[in-house]
Amino acid sequence: MFVNKLKVSVAAGLLSAALVGVSLSGGSASAATSCNTAKSAAACGGMSALIKAAKKEGVLNVITLPANWANYGAIISDFSKKYGIKIVSENPDGSSQDEINAVEQDKGRSSAPDVLDVGTSYATSNLNLLAPYKVATWSDIPAALKDPQGRWFDDYGGYVSIGCNTKIVTTCPTSFAQLTNPPYKNEVGINGDPTEASAAFSAVFAAALANGGSFDNIQPGIQFFATLNKDGNYVPGGSAATAESGTTPILIWWDYLQDSIKQALPTWTVNIPTDASYAAYYSQAISATAPHPAAARLWEEYLYSTTGQNLWLQGNARPVELPTLVKNGTVNKTWLAELPAAPAGTVTYPTLAQLATAKNTVAANWASAISGS
Amino acid sequence: MASVVADNIVDFELPMVPLDLTKRRRIHWGRGLILWLAAAYFIIPIYAALKFSLQDISGKFSLSPITAIPSQPGLAAAFFLSMRLAFVTLAIVLFLMVPTMIYVHMKMPRFRRFMEVVTILPIVIPPIVLILGVLEAAPLWLKSSPYLLSLVYVVLAMPFVYRSLDSGLGALDVKTLVEAARSLGSGWISTIWRVLVPNLRSALLSATVLTLALVLGEFTMASLDLWETLPVWIVDFDQTNAHISTAVAMLSLLGTWALLTLIVSIDRSNSRRRRRNRAS
Amino acid sequence: MKIPSPLSDGTSTPSGVDDKDRGGRHITGTLVRSLRTSVPVLPFLAYITLGLLVPTLVIINLAFRSDRGALTLSNISTIVHGGEYLTGFENSIKLALATSIIPAVLGTMLAYAIAQSRFEFLKRLVATASGVLANFGGVNLAFMFVATFGANAIVTSWLARLGLNPWSHGFDLYKLWGVAFVYFYFQVPLMVLIITPALNGLRPAWREAAENLGASRWRYWRHVGVPVLMPSVLGSTFLLFGSGLSAYATTEALTGGTIAITPIQIGAYLQGNVISGEEHIGYALGFGMIVLLLISILGYVLLRARSSKWLQ
Repeated sequence: MFVNKLKVSVAAGLLSAALVGVSLSGGSASAATSCNTAKSAAACGGMSALIKAAKKEGVLNVITLPANWANYGAIISDFSKKYGIKIVSENPDGSSQDEINAVEQDKGRSSAPDVLDVGTSYATSNLNLLAPYKVATWSDIPAALKDPQGRWFDDYGGYVSIGCNTKIVTTCPTSFAQLTNPPYKNEVGINGDPTEASAAFSAVFAAALANGGSFDNIQPGIQFFATLNKDGNYVPGGSAATAESGTTPILIWWDYLQDSIKQALPTWTVNIPTDASYAAYYSQAISATAPHPAAARLWEEYLYSTTGQNLWLQGNARPVELPTLVKNGTVNKTWLAELPAAPAGTVTYPTLAQLATAKNTVAANWASAISGS
Repeated sequence: MASVVADNIVDFELPMVPLDLTKRRRIHWGRGLILWLAAAYFIIPIYAALKFSLQDISGKFSLSPITAIPSQPGLAAAFFLSMRLAFVTLAIVLFLMVPTMIYVHMKMPRFRRFMEVVTILPIVIPPIVLILGVLEAAPLWLKSSPYLLSLVYVVLAMPFVYRSLDSGLGALDVKTLVEAARSLGSGWISTIWRVLVPNLRSALLSATVLTLALVLGEFTMASLDLWETLPVWIVDFDQTNAHISTAVAMLSLLGTWALLTLIVSIDRSNSRRRRRNRAS
Repeated sequence: MKIPSPLSDGTSTPSGVDDKDRGGRHITGTLVRSLRTSVPVLPFLAYITLGLLVPTLVIINLAFRSDRGALTLSNISTIVHGGEYLTGFENSIKLALATSIIPAVLGTMLAYAIAQSRFEFLKRLVATASGVLANFGGVNLAFMFVATFGANAIVTSWLARLGLNPWSHGFDLYKLWGVAFVYFYFQVPLMVLIITPALNGLRPAWREAAENLGASRWRYWRHVGVPVLMPSVLGSTFLLFGSGLSAYATTEALTGGTIAITPIQIGAYLQGNVISGEEHIGYALGFGMIVLLLISILGYVLLRARSSKWLQ
């Protein structure tokens, strides 16, 4: 009887594998047109041809795009309405690594991600997964913020900022130096773990810039938080939730993301620290194994059009083409005014090599610095 | 030996002999303290979380986070996914373990020690390491299905299911029952289903309860496998609206507890009825 | 009638084995016969192999591979020479020890207190609560404890009003002992869950008989209670050790990485948003954890064998 049970279970296993295989082969991408592999809209016959090919595909898979992150909710619904393409939004609060994993794990499935919005280093370490494509407004993207072959290109970014609940904190801090003041005891947090969350990592980098460090030297930033912890001002484990619950009424996070706290707490204000301006952009990329390649390309064109860029602006993020939009007068002035006051002067960014070194330093020293304090 | 005495007393509950009244009062006082401290430690944090989730900015209490729950994006899908995973896991683990353990108890008792050690291993391999190994080893078609998680959850549930079934079977004289049933003409499936399973009811229910609790609470592996189960949804949503996600977390905790207590209560009332029927 | 034993030791002699085996031909015969009798456990063995053994071997293999796939010891050497990894293991072990031994004691006491209760419903509630809480953890647990025992939280404020603010007396939720305090929330229920069946095996009739024979409470425990319970308690402690060593989401959410423990380091290399392209160190760390846990299993098996001898 037990041997029979074994035979039955093996047969069941084979049968289900066969069924899965059958369902896999159906539902694949629509008939290929040149817009599936084109490196620009012009190369496949212009925008109208691209739109046509994309509409034929009818679906776009996006991943890790929360609705209230840089206004993606509005962007997704506007794109869907405009082109009649359904957007399937997977794993909204995943990480950049989750996106890369999904591209690799779901390869060949119709649910695989089509487009990515990742931390730049994730794009540069996985170039083989990305398809080259240059949007119509390619020349408006600064050279330092895109891959020469078009495999990734920066989209939006913001500054590390200090958010503060005016109901609990009488005078909100406007610089890193002020964070060490005694009134802020048990109040200061960063969002996440700097060895795992890029927002937290950037907070440490900004602290480094404010304390004599540089893009080559992040150690002063680690030291700053160690001292902050020793003085009792720093609260570990900060997040949007702890900001709302009053555990960390001061939270260091990206300025455009502090928006979600503002929606829950009208008394939440955001300041960009006067002693450190650290900005970073995220990067767009098209998956080389996208199940809906034409729709993916159309999505990028949309994001880099004036509409798309302004919608990002509405989400308090700084779109990469902002200088051009301002110059051409196509920027939405109301939304521009809502941005927290940006520091004067041009922004500089660490190179990928500097980022890599800094990340290794943080990974090696963060825990020991804080617990040793 | 005490065991001989126990042998003849089967199911009776002997009255406690009051040897020393002061000693007895001291015992009750110590026991009460432990119970109250434990209750405080476990209940107060739940209260604190509920307080946060139901209290809005100005300190007013409102049920709006709870009433907003059904309309939250992705929650229904996450909830049903977790439910489906739970029942599939349960089906697989019972279908695998019950016949195996019955057979082992009957024909290969020495194998039990091996099984015991082997079923401890899942607790000992960290979930974060296990899921990474599974994701590397699993074929693509399996990785695209959420039920891969069910397959891994079966491994995680094995220690608990094994122990439940082992003690349940250990209390029965499996050999005699099976031989009696077989000599009366019952086939194997009929023997298992109509003779052994009813006798294993409380062990099976205990295994069910533990498996369901495990699947409905598991986070790390589901989030690394990129599936939005209920625990994963709760954590993801925390960055959007902490009040609602905390409310969902607490409701899920209390709801699972209620569901499992219900399941166990069905067994107790059944067995009490059966015992009463037998005694009359 | 078989006496129900609180031990899961097989006490009956194995049936179906010919103990008159002698000679070579009998040995082959026995081999074939025992292979045949093993067939029904094949599904179980296959499942364990595919579900547990294969992934573990995969991790071990990846731990020794470089990014390009070549066999290398460099990942291991990075870990052995990198102070933060050793600190991670040290902290992990400390945390696991603290959250296995203490909850083992507390859990046994709690389980015993519950088992003595006359309220059937209470026992039922506790049994299911233990099941649910043993699987509860992560972000929600961390948040609950911050909201309860944090620097300005509910219980802290109550105690502060009584002049007993724990934070002014050295308590820190975000340091190792604070984290251990949070771990108790799932470790104690896990202990209660595992030890209750063994406690139920302690028949009140034995206590009664011991008292009739003139034994004091102390002697009862010394000669009957403790020896009967000891194997289960030891085994459960090892289970708790493994569970405490592996817990990841709770500490990560609570401390944001300010305490180095190995699971968090694995997460940083294999799942996070910051470090990319160095997965093999993560796998090597996983390998380290597996080695650690295999050693503790060995200890568990040896202790189990020894303690069952105590009971003969």
